Amino acid sequence: MRIAIASGKGGTGKTTVAVNLALALGSAQLLDCDVEEPNCNLFLGFGLEKQEDVLISFPEIDKDKCTLCGRCADICQFNAIAALPKSVMVFPKLCHGCGGCSLVCPDGAISEAARSIGMIERGIDESFNIELFQGTLDISEPMASPVIRQLQEHIDDSTVAIIDSPPGTACPVIASVAEMDYCVLVTEPTPFGLNDLVLAVAVVKQLGIPFGVVINRHGVGDDGVEQYCQNEAIPVLMKIPFDRDIAVLYSKGTPFVKQMPEWGSKFREMYRDICECVSSGVGV
Amino acid sequence: MVKQITIISGKGGTGKTTITSSFAALADNAVIADCDVDAADMHLILQPDTFETHDFYGLKLAHINKDLCTGCDTCVLNCRFDAILESHIVDPYRCEGCGVCEYVCPETAIVMKEKKAGEYYCSHTRFGPLVHAKLGIGEEASGKLVSNVRQRASEIAESSGKGLIIIDGPPGTGCSVIAAMTGTDLVLVVTEPTVSGIHDLDRVLQVARHFRIPVAVCINKCDLNPEMSQLIFDHCAENGVNVVGRIPYNRMVIDAMLEGKTIVENPDNELSGEIGSMWSVLLSMLGDNNG
Ligand code: SF4
Ligand code: SF4
Ligand code: SF4
Ligand code: SF4
Repeated sequence: MRIAIASGKGGTGKTTVAVNLALALGSAQLLDCDVEEPNCNLFLGFGLEKQEDVLISFPEIDKDKCTLCGRCADICQFNAIAALPKSVMVFPKLCHGCGGCSLVCPDGAISEAARSIGMIERGIDESFNIELFQGTLDISEPMASPVIRQLQEHIDDSTVAIIDSPPGTACPVIASVAEMDYCVLVTEPTPFGLNDLVLAVAVVKQLGIPFGVVINRHGVGDDGVEQYCQNEAIPVLMKIPFDRDIAVLYSKGTPFVKQMPEWGSKFREMYRDICECVSSGVGV
Repeated sequence: MVKQITIISGKGGTGKTTITSSFAALADNAVIADCDVDAADMHLILQPDTFETHDFYGLKLAHINKDLCTGCDTCVLNCRFDAILESHIVDPYRCEGCGVCEYVCPETAIVMKEKKAGEYYCSHTRFGPLVHAKLGIGEEASGKLVSNVRQRASEIAESSGKGLIIIDGPPGTGCSVIAAMTGTDLVLVVTEPTVSGIHDLDRVLQVARHFRIPVAVCINKCDLNPEMSQLIFDHCAENGVNVVGRIPYNRMVIDAMLEGKTIVENPDNELSGEIGSMWSVLLSMLGDNNG
């Protein structure tokens, strides 16, 4: 069972829901795919061990063989190679590693080298039996999707995998949410929250993934989000009230199910609802 | 020279757009650029009246002509992004538009086609011109769209004699953030006193340092956890980063949002003064950066 926790905008409580759900269930995997700002472990405090680097290839040009024909620069769609009158320049950060340049080079002047753009770490908690995988994109690196894809190779389908997805609706979100069994969209009851929820709903609908909504900070704004869900027949899985105690626990990095055990059963109930929906195919 | 200030937050939900829209109201000679292109919210407050719409083309997408394709699999084997399915159909979400398949196909069955990946708009608002955008679902190249929005904002600033561009930046540290930050005169990071706030602040400060852009920090909802606020303040001081504002939590922020107004448009709002003085500090920082 693969469940993605996503939201149209950041800061709605995606990580809170992901972490609390994992703790409430136990025996689960948690994958922090918000690789630009991985936050899950701030709430878990697991000891992390590095698993691997995320490598991406880029071309290296042998000046002695290069005849400055310029074909590599012509095929490169990402402006990662510039053919100048006297040399060829490579900009590794722009390179997507497609291999096009080495294919077209008529003089065999291009070989591929690998560089790291991020890493994957793993942490385990024995008492809750949670396995955390965290991906981190290196500072000043633009491309998050390769880190997310590599992270997802660690998904173990014999258990429950909870995916904390990055915010927004662009490519890193698709990389996180595609191929999930269910998507939980976290929002807050404000005009901004509603605006971003509508965008997120468009994403999951287009991907054909069943989904439901968690309203965080319930009571803080208006009922626009609830009305929208009602009109669109979108299930509201849970409402987390606007509560200063929850906000303070959050600020300290304490998952609130630990201090408020009654929430543990609410998260487990939500999980049961999700399973029911996935097995019945309702909500697509 | 037109000055540019970019407001970012690292993590979302810190109140960045609320603060940016207040700056838009306070500035009297600015163009506003909403570069949070995959979750643009500023229009909800600024209620733009759009007078110009541009199509945005991102990367191209491979198309396979079934009539010419012999099923030789050369494209499948050469696509590094596993974007060509066994049935010789291109998965539009996985295709990065590199053009390798088009090059290797022996039957010239593949063509790369332009694909509209979003739109960007120029609008009038009650605070001046706004350039904003909408990125299509799951599109790449959000960095490129950010660059387009900034480019159009610069042109408008030049042609209408505006002295400042206020840029609302996206969350994260990846391509769109880098595109929203590079070449600006000042970055304001809006953070909040939570463990994730500090963590994400630290990462965006590193990005700013990497690109050598001057930064200032605003701690929003500072009373939510005063010790944590102090920690952020000390951390910034140690790193020579100016904390230009400490804004307490106030219910009026949401009330203003519900009314579609900026905070500073309500003179009774206790936060107006705080935001106003933060804006003056930022303006003087921009003035000092003349180089
Ligand atoms: S591998 Fe692809 S993206 Fe990288 S430089 Fe070569 S052609 Fe450009
Ligand atoms: S294609 Fe090969 S020979 Fe031609 S410019 Fe590029 S590296 Fe040099
Ligand atoms: S353009 Fe590149 S990514 Fe897209 S299908 Fe062809 S080889 Fe794959
Ligand atoms: S390389 Fe061309 S002919 Fe071969 S499978 Fe791909 S599209 Fe078809």
